[in-house]
Amino acid sequence: MQTETTSQTVQGSIRPMKSSRFAHVMSELKRNKHYYILMSPYMIIFFTFTVIPVVFSLILSFFYFNMLEFPRFVGWQNYSRLFLNDDVFMIALKNTFLFAVITGPISYIACFIFAWIINELSPKVRAFMTLIFYAPSISGNVFFIWLIVFSGDSYGYLNGFLMKVGFILEPIQWLQDEKYILPIVMIVQLWLSLGTSFLAFIAGLQTIDKSLIEAAAVDGIRNRWQELWFITLPSMRPQLMFGAVMQITASFAVADISIALAGFPSVNYAAHTVVTHLMDYGTIRFEMGYASAIATVLFGLMIGTNLLTQKLLRKVGE
Amino acid sequence: MASKLIARLRMPKRLNRSFTVSFLLFVLLALFGSFMALPLIYAINNAFKPLDELFIFPPRFFVNNPTLDNFFDLVAIMGNSWVPLSRYLTNTLLITLIGTAGHIILASAAAYPLAKYRFLGSKSLFSIVVLSLMFSGHVTATPNYMVMSWLGWINTHASIIVPALAFPLGLFLMKQFMEQIPDALLEAAKIDGANEYRIYWSIVMPNVKPAWLTLLILQFPALWGTDGGSFIYSENLKTLHYALGQIVQGGIARAGVGAAVALILMAVPITLFIISQSSVIQTMATSGMKE
Repeated sequence: MQTETTSQTVQGSIRPMKSSRFAHVMSELKRNKHYYILMSPYMIIFFTFTVIPVVFSLILSFFYFNMLEFPRFVGWQNYSRLFLNDDVFMIALKNTFLFAVITGPISYIACFIFAWIINELSPKVRAFMTLIFYAPSISGNVFFIWLIVFSGDSYGYLNGFLMKVGFILEPIQWLQDEKYILPIVMIVQLWLSLGTSFLAFIAGLQTIDKSLIEAAAVDGIRNRWQELWFITLPSMRPQLMFGAVMQITASFAVADISIALAGFPSVNYAAHTVVTHLMDYGTIRFEMGYASAIATVLFGLMIGTNLLTQKLLRKVGE
Repeated sequence: MASKLIARLRMPKRLNRSFTVSFLLFVLLALFGSFMALPLIYAINNAFKPLDELFIFPPRFFVNNPTLDNFFDLVAIMGNSWVPLSRYLTNTLLITLIGTAGHIILASAAAYPLAKYRFLGSKSLFSIVVLSLMFSGHVTATPNYMVMSWLGWINTHASIIVPALAFPLGLFLMKQFMEQIPDALLEAAKIDGANEYRIYWSIVMPNVKPAWLTLLILQFPALWGTDGGSFIYSENLKTLHYALGQIVQGGIARAGVGAAVALILMAVPITLFIISQSSVIQTMATSGMKE
């Protein structure tokens, strides 16, 4: 008898709370419904083509799937094959790391240094120099101009020049020689890399509070380097973090340039990257499960490096 | 705003560089500036070179006898092709215009609530967008292909246009820029009886014109340069970039035409940037990531 009453009381006392929380969410949704409606077209597309595919890719990486048969669960097999039995993936991984370690930081620092120098110029010159440095990154696939520069016969610019100077007698097959392919792709990648982050840095430098610099000069900042480290960099930390995300993501995603310059696949996979490996399995061999495992590894690499870098950049100027 | 910025920049700086350092910086800038500019200048020159100058040995950088022959040849080749040039051009224009305009409208509609209000899920939605800046589209390429095939969008322009509408960088920059719209402006409109859609369209949108141009300059080159990827295989749906790529593959005899093609492909985005530069810089000033 007694227990029954107690349970009833407890039940009774919980129900209104639950319904009030639910009601709160509902009223919150209703009150802000205009905002949800405004966001819905973008968010539906964004979730369909970005968020859900990432989750889907993660799940699919544990299956064997060739687009024709029903997917078959294979556990970690795709990953073990990737890391233990796929020599080409190891080459791709090594090249991708080389890009991330070399072109990533160089392009990031170059974006900042050139933005910093350009910022000191008069407005007209500054606009012109910004255009010069930014133009390659929006000039579409014009990087095939570099094919002519590095062309393997004597009509290639570099060969023509080196032969004229007398440095070499025979033309060098720049894009067929394993020794040269990767450095050439890196040079062209750097040429294209002064993009969004470069503009963000220029803008960031222009918005730094000048009174801060004046106050710092009074406080004993003596030279440009101190000013850079103690005032300029901390003031534009948000832009620095944004730029880092852009450059890191781009340096892990090298593929189009490699394909355009070195071919697909490149000689002895010399310019093979994780992304070209992914394209190979995803769009040519249609081994979707395996391609998803590659995509998941790539996702982990990009997100991991980005989050780590964000952590490091918070320390700038402290 | 812009004039104030310029006035501030003309102010004398407190710390001045020595002459040597200034000179070194000038040399550095000139050196790397030419590294950046020379390939583009070369591309422009090549487009106006007659065939004999293209294959001169040793190769020459500047054009001696400029000619428009390459462009006439391009028109001639395109006129003889199976699918007329105008078809490719229409496809590219359709993709680029709908994709860019749609992106600006959808991204700003989503950015306005995220920038100005806090409501259930607003923070987590924006963090997901920021997180998606941290990986490239390649990660989702494989599942995207499957989604497209389930939707029946393979071999339609929708497969190129629709994903481009939700480009995450656009939402991010738009949201950051909208944060500086004064709340008082929105409240005044609300008191005057405008609803949220009205506020978005007639108050917020006209105030973020610089951000429109920024989204345009980021989205336009990608769509203008698309070759249809793996989604489009019908010849009459292919894009200009694809068609021009085919011409260039014609080999040595087409080298001049190829150069003309390269010039056309790069001229459009660069011209757009020249027009919109100051707006873009203004938007980028708010691009920072807060902790």
